[in-house]
Amino acid sequence: MADNFKFNVDGRELQAKPGTLLIDACRAAGIEVPAFCYYPGLSLQAACRMCLVEIEKTPKLQTACTTPVAEGMIVRTSTPIVVDARRAMLELLLANHPLDCPVCDKGGECELQDMVFRYGAAESRFREEKRHVDEQQWSPVVYYDAPRCILCYRCVRVCGEGMDVWALGVVNRGARSEIAPNHGDHLDCEECGMCIDICPVGALTSGAYRYRARPWEIKYVSTICTHCGDGCKTTLSVRNGKILRGNNRDHSGINGEFLCIKGRYGYDFIENPNRIRTPLIRKDGKLVEASWEQAIQTIAAKWKEILHRRETGTQEAQAFGVIGSNHTTNEENYILQKFARTVLKTNNIDHHRTVDYAALIRAIANAIAKPVGDSAARPASDFLARSKDLSIASAVLVIGGNPTDQHPLLAWNIREGCRLNGTRLYVINSRRIPLARKTFRFLPIAEGGEQNALEFLRGERDAEKRLQGATPGGREVTAEFLNDFRDKLGQEKDLIVLFEAALSGECVAQLVEWGSRLPGRTRFIAQGDYSNSRGAADMGLLPNALPGYASVEDNDARLRFENAWSTTVPAEPGMPLHDMLAAAAQGKLESLYVIGANPLKGWDTAASLGGCFVVVQDLFLTETALVADVVLPAASAYEKSGTVTNTCGELQKLSKGMEVMGTRADLDIFSRLAGALGVTQAPLKSEEVLEEIRKLVSGYGVPLVNIVAGGAELVAPLDGFQPVSATHTANVKSSRDTLFTSGTLGRYSSSLQAVPERTTRTEPDPA
Amino acid sequence: MPSQPSEHEVRVLSRRFGLPNSASIDTYLANDGYRALEKALKEMTPDSILEELKVSNLRGRGGAGFPTGMKWSFVPRQSPKPKYIVCNADESEPGTCKDRLLMEYDPHQLIEGILIAGIVVGSHQGYIYVRGEYRYLIDILDRALEEAYARGYLGKNILGSGFDFDLYTHTGAGAYECGEESALLESLEGKRGIPRIRPPFPAVAGLYASPTVLNNVETFSSVPPIIVNGGKWYAELGTPRNGGTRLFVLSGHVKRPGVYELPMGTPLRKLIYDVGGGIIGDKKLKAVIPGGSSTPVLTADAIDTPLDFDSVAKAGSMLGSGAVIVMHEDTCIVRAALRIMQFYAHESCGWCIPCREGTNWLKKTLTRFHSGGGREEDIGLIEDLAKNMLGRTFCPLGDAAAMPTIAFVQKFRNEFEMHLAGQPCPFEKHGQLVGA
Amino acid sequence: MQFSTQLEEKFHRLAQHYPVKRSALVPMLLFAQDEYGFLSKEIIAEISRRMDLTVLDVEGTISYYSMLRTKPAGRFHLQICTNISCMLRGGDKLFDHAKTKLGIGNGEVTPDGLFSLEEVECIGACAWAPAIQVNYDFHHELTPERLDQLIDEIQRVSRV
Ligand SMILES: Cc1cc2nc3c(=O)[nH]c(=O)nc-3n(C[C@H](O)[C@H](O)[C@H](O)COP(=O)(O)O)c2cc1C
Ligand code: SF4
Ligand code: FES
Repeated sequence: MADNFKFNVDGRELQAKPGTLLIDACRAAGIEVPAFCYYPGLSLQAACRMCLVEIEKTPKLQTACTTPVAEGMIVRTSTPIVVDARRAMLELLLANHPLDCPVCDKGGECELQDMVFRYGAAESRFREEKRHVDEQQWSPVVYYDAPRCILCYRCVRVCGEGMDVWALGVVNRGARSEIAPNHGDHLDCEECGMCIDICPVGALTSGAYRYRARPWEIKYVSTICTHCGDGCKTTLSVRNGKILRGNNRDHSGINGEFLCIKGRYGYDFIENPNRIRTPLIRKDGKLVEASWEQAIQTIAAKWKEILHRRETGTQEAQAFGVIGSNHTTNEENYILQKFARTVLKTNNIDHHRTVDYAALIRAIANAIAKPVGDSAARPASDFLARSKDLSIASAVLVIGGNPTDQHPLLAWNIREGCRLNGTRLYVINSRRIPLARKTFRFLPIAEGGEQNALEFLRGERDAEKRLQGATPGGREVTAEFLNDFRDKLGQEKDLIVLFEAALSGECVAQLVEWGSRLPGRTRFIAQGDYSNSRGAADMGLLPNALPGYASVEDNDARLRFENAWSTTVPAEPGMPLHDMLAAAAQGKLESLYVIGANPLKGWDTAASLGGCFVVVQDLFLTETALVADVVLPAASAYEKSGTVTNTCGELQKLSKGMEVMGTRADLDIFSRLAGALGVTQAPLKSEEVLEEIRKLVSGYGVPLVNIVAGGAELVAPLDGFQPVSATHTANVKSSRDTLFTSGTLGRYSSSLQAVPERTTRTEPDPA
Repeated sequence: MPSQPSEHEVRVLSRRFGLPNSASIDTYLANDGYRALEKALKEMTPDSILEELKVSNLRGRGGAGFPTGMKWSFVPRQSPKPKYIVCNADESEPGTCKDRLLMEYDPHQLIEGILIAGIVVGSHQGYIYVRGEYRYLIDILDRALEEAYARGYLGKNILGSGFDFDLYTHTGAGAYECGEESALLESLEGKRGIPRIRPPFPAVAGLYASPTVLNNVETFSSVPPIIVNGGKWYAELGTPRNGGTRLFVLSGHVKRPGVYELPMGTPLRKLIYDVGGGIIGDKKLKAVIPGGSSTPVLTADAIDTPLDFDSVAKAGSMLGSGAVIVMHEDTCIVRAALRIMQFYAHESCGWCIPCREGTNWLKKTLTRFHSGGGREEDIGLIEDLAKNMLGRTFCPLGDAAAMPTIAFVQKFRNEFEMHLAGQPCPFEKHGQLVGA
Repeated sequence: MQFSTQLEEKFHRLAQHYPVKRSALVPMLLFAQDEYGFLSKEIIAEISRRMDLTVLDVEGTISYYSMLRTKPAGRFHLQICTNISCMLRGGDKLFDHAKTKLGIGNGEVTPDGLFSLEEVECIGACAWAPAIQVNYDFHHELTPERLDQLIDEIQRVSRV
């Protein structure tokens, strides 16, 4: 790499890599250079002229945002001429800008306001009328006020370059120039709201937040979005115990500034009137309101009876089945499985598995144990990628799925890599997914052809034959194309592979085996669906695995937990989710305990859970809750603290934003239930549970500093991994959520329900 | 339409203007047509052509006056991408209507000039970007191109030399800013005419990010005579560092407005009084804009300024596009300043803050000022606003709006003062402009 | 939508002039406008489709260029230059005169749809000022009287 350039700014000697923009070099050195249009990572505009600086030997002022540093360059950023130029730009901007700061949503957090405060020009010397244009509503969540717009084009660029949606543009010319949406008077887009956050002034405002608060009344709570598996950090603006908006304006967290519609607006299910706020008990066939005490006692009485019968050996059926959640915290999941295994004494515990994490971890463990050829064993970090790694990887392979819709952050990072770092993107898909526009190579396959594609990558002749020929989308796949695809991929030295539910079990093992034969390191991301599906698997909401994927049949592993918990754990693997439901339907299960899950959705024998005593703990009266005997109102992720693990394995912390009267956090409910059963289940507090997890769960012993500060750590539950029996076939199924749906929660989010794209966004065309 | 020729003219580029069917290839061929091309192809090398151009002291006729030979030499010889020649026929600078004549009456001279540029830089494709309003010229040019193709002056293997060149017309659709070279290239790529960040300059990354030569119509049209007669001959027609003749557009309050070809360095007095017949009504000269509306106004004292780039610059203005706009004693300077600002406000592309807002607010302020609502402090405000734009905009359009405004205020402050508070414009009687 | 054969032919020729498809956009729009009088939603949609561009992109381009319009003009579009060289020779008065004569303001169309009027920036006829363009035809060194004659003549001819 070339040597650093040395140059001088305001009398200070600075250094920077060739190619560094002067504005970045100054900012890195703490020298302030104001800018509206410059935005790191987006294309250069040089339009706002705020960053003008003096450069010796150049007659005119130069824009620091477009000038690369040069050896020996002498720059001045605060001479009277520069200061005067800034003031002049602000005066001109304010000339048309309505001074409605007192009612503007951006008041208090407006970049224009801040700059006027700093550089002056608050007093207008102009007499004439400002240009007035009425405010426009572009979507349920996006409003545009043209006179406030300073035309920095950030929104246009973040939508086009960042999101690859291109829903915003510039129309007209000169002083009549305006930003316009792609459908004349409204938007048809992903409704991500990135344009709103990136707007330095109050020209783009959020339909959810507008006119609801002043920034200085707000308390900010940083937490993790509870929707998809990507785990974006979101900063909630809370006032008087109400969440008013979500954004990430401080760019902290794994997602930087990124949020999709769910992260930005989808918290609003919490206030849905259908939210359950009191426990319900079935009386005469109907669910009626009850006190917490009554509900807990009802459950305890029934469960004691079942436990007693089992101890006395008078039962035939299985006693308990437990179905956990993809949304609850690691601490809750951990305590839940502990409760199931040690109090209810069962391994009948599972959750809706949306991707086969267990298979991935097992495959990686095997690859580490048995390195290819005579190469040295590689560390776990050579197999697992963090979400941000996608933005800097030299190559990415996406097999199946549609990350843009199902993993918006991962897709954002992939696009960033392609745009800024030249990432070569390979896509294997049966549809022309939006990411296909960024591909280096796109391999069209038949619907459901992911396994076949994997076989092809692994060199199977028959699989290759099956890929050839005309595709439904009218493309012709030739042998040359296929060979080129495989050759190119085969030469990648730093590849990240993303796969989803289409590849599970043995296929995942094969995929990892293929990947470890590539020349460099190959890392993997399994794309699971909800905010803590990875955590659910890691914490052992699995019938055959203890936390950290330790097999329940492995005596040493069991013993480790038994010693720590001072009790015994059943050694028999339990029933997976669908077996439990089937057993219940056949009257072979006495009680089913469902936490934050809706397994009966789409299950046709709902009514026939008949004899089984069903306890449901949830936010809404789901299909499953409707058949329950007792329903307990739970708190959502925005109403509690704890940690969650995203689909890449990044551990992050939740912070409580608000409370909803009548509800309780799941962790709290578990200990009450345990207490009612006469067991004290220690520890009780989330922080203490995390400590236990860090001690006992493989991979989770990561340092906490970062996490506490709002960052993330990658966990790799690979240490001392004991292979979970591969024969145990998991039922892995994606929930197929879109950008605008989010399982049960999405049904109760008014903003997700309000955007028209929810119904108009069509599935991508066949490839 | 070309004005009555004047005996003072030195007709080099315009020498075929009066001929019957002057636009036809036959007329052209009968009058030295395509001799320069033959010479360039058969007797010269790119280097020797460049040398002639440098000796000729030909400077760009589009406005900035950049030496043409030097501009062409910036194009890299080796390029993995194709190179392009683009002719700027956007001619939109107020006061300017000379390129129009060159295309209407002698299109082949332009084609020949473009071909020679292609030979020099190793380009095989070119476009003539014609402003949308000049639609009739597209027909004339297309006909000329067809003739040139038919006679083997365009297309494959031109004159058996192995050199290929394709040339097309391209229409604009109403935008002054598209005359600015980088905005023109954007427009030619089918986009909004927003200028580009430079560097890179077109010579390195222009049309389709490929090396591009971009010149004005008159500049290209000057090349064939230089090749035929030699750079030295051309240089000697003008003054030092300002070679040749140029087409001056004389408009405003003169008796014989028109387009006249005169040697560089012709004194302003000669142009106005001898060629243009003097001021209408024999009134007193008040002001002259020497190079199109973007250039700072000169007062009557500057009447002896020689019209070449350097001398006009010395006098505090610019020769620009060679459009000399003459104003006599009854002209309201504030009104002139307003009308010019109205133009820039209309034509600002809106990309950068200082130009978008500056032109617009200057227009608004000048409008009020001219109609009698001026305040003392407005005079300073107008000057200050213009200065705040100067040198700080994204492209030179902002400067083009600021420079004349500053000059109007500084040189005719008294006229601004005459418009203060409540006084109607002293130059208007019953809403009529005196002397027009 | 379907374009006339001569327009198709023009588009076809245009497409061959450029290595990049989009380059043909502005000429295409102008030629389509010449034929249909203005750029309707249908025309814009069709051209966007052919160019592989979004409608927004095409609309952004159209709204940048002052000659492109999305509303009908009169059959005879009078464009009167009032810029500096024309103004000095009475262009602004000519424009006022035209307003009175036609009874319409800037940007308006006469009720019979025959004329529309527009005050325009320099049209490149400064040496022959004041000048106007009727559609694409230049008329130089006009006086109010000659403008009247021109308008009357158009009216007369278009009545037959
Ligand atoms: C706002 C603006 C408008 C311009 N308009 C024209 C024009 O209409 N015709 C022209 O030839 N050059 C125009 N120019 C100058 C061109 O940018 C460019 O310098 C010129 O075409 C180069 O050709 P030349 O070297 O032959 O002069 C304009 C420049 C600016 C800044
Ligand atoms: S100076 Fe700025 S707004 Fe004006 S035309 Fe140039 S870029 Fe556009
Ligand atoms: S940040 Fe440099 S011009 Fe806007």
